[in-house]
Amino acid sequence: MSVPEFLLRLSDDRLILGHRLSEWCGHGPILEEDIALANISLDLIGQANLLLELAGKEEGRGRTGDQLAYFREAVEFRNALIMELPRGDFGFTIARQFLVSVFGILHLERLSQSRHGDLAGIAAKALKETRYHARHSADWILKLGDGTAESHRRVQDAIDELWRYTGELFEMDDLERALAGDGLAADRAELREPWRAEVGRVLAAASLKMPADGFMQRGGREGRHTEHLGHLLAEMQIVARSFPGAEW
Amino acid sequence: MVSAVRAPEIWWNAVAGVLDPEVPVLSVVDLGIVRDVREDGDTVVVDVTPTYSGCPAMRVIERDIVQALQAAGAGAVRVNTVFTPAWTTDWISEDARERLRAYGIAPPSGRAPVAAELVPLLHRTPAVACPQCRSERTEQRSEFGSTACKAIWYCTDCRQPFEYLKAI
Repeated sequence: MSVPEFLLRLSDDRLILGHRLSEWCGHGPILEEDIALANISLDLIGQANLLLELAGKEEGRGRTGDQLAYFREAVEFRNALIMELPRGDFGFTIARQFLVSVFGILHLERLSQSRHGDLAGIAAKALKETRYHARHSADWILKLGDGTAESHRRVQDAIDELWRYTGELFEMDDLERALAGDGLAADRAELREPWRAEVGRVLAAASLKMPADGFMQRGGREGRHTEHLGHLLAEMQIVARSFPGAEW
Repeated sequence: MVSAVRAPEIWWNAVAGVLDPEVPVLSVVDLGIVRDVREDGDTVVVDVTPTYSGCPAMRVIERDIVQALQAAGAGAVRVNTVFTPAWTTDWISEDARERLRAYGIAPPSGRAPVAAELVPLLHRTPAVACPQCRSERTEQRSEFGSTACKAIWYCTDCRQPFEYLKAI
């Protein structure tokens, strides 16, 4: 049952990050940004929904996308830790979005060639969306990095703090190696260099420094999460759990 | 009751009457969301492809398609979601683009962009003409608008904001 497990990794990354972004709704620094972050959130939650439905179908136990989203516990979530970190300030949210979107483009380019037809189709669609997510956050990286002393400091701090969570994005294990060997998944490790090159190019243009690789946090793929995920899930899942079977 | 004699055109026509709930001057066929309509025994099968992954209008559209086909006399209706090829605004016809403009939404400018680099730092959207005064002295205010498919633009001639259906 390695395909559903792999699909959960892809969907949970998007569901959790999408939920984090949705927290900005009504709190954006300007109206346009409020709308932008809510739109990106909607894209990510939409992608997660398609992937969760597919995971449920592949699993064959009759679980729907909603059931997978709302009735799993934190230890059953497979997202990378970087997705669940609190939203922080606007600089932190943008820095994370940038690092994750560049990875997303590279990963989805490969996955859109997957031998799994439905996954390839969902990836091709998500790729188009992720390209403009990356454009949006890269624009802000330039503005914040080249902006005031404070905006520069805040976004640099965010990049520095986030860096130790980026290693997990490129981690491979036996499950994904086997799937990649069958042409279903992609080798994440191969994406690391192109990702560094692209991230480095944008950071340099924004007069920001790319941190050195050091200790990397990990554990999300095995369900070992930070304390922040439980709080996020409590908020995300409470309505569905309070009114099981409710539809809206 | 669906009989083999009835041409599938009747189903196509029924589906072509379903309008996009967000952009009610375009039908789901104009937009290219409907990829195929066919008969499978007594069931009318419609293949649809989502515009954006998170577009909340898709559920409404599926419901409207089922209702339109039943009103046209279909017995069972099945709506399939297909993902390949991914939806593109290139499928919107010239005629539909003109109706969009008349409705006050600037149609997609040119073809969907082909990514030359991973993250373009100095990206330029081709000129977008104001749907009101047709001036091309316009600027993008935000790549994100009231729905996933639209961006917010501003016309510096008539000094009005307007919506632009993004080329994707």
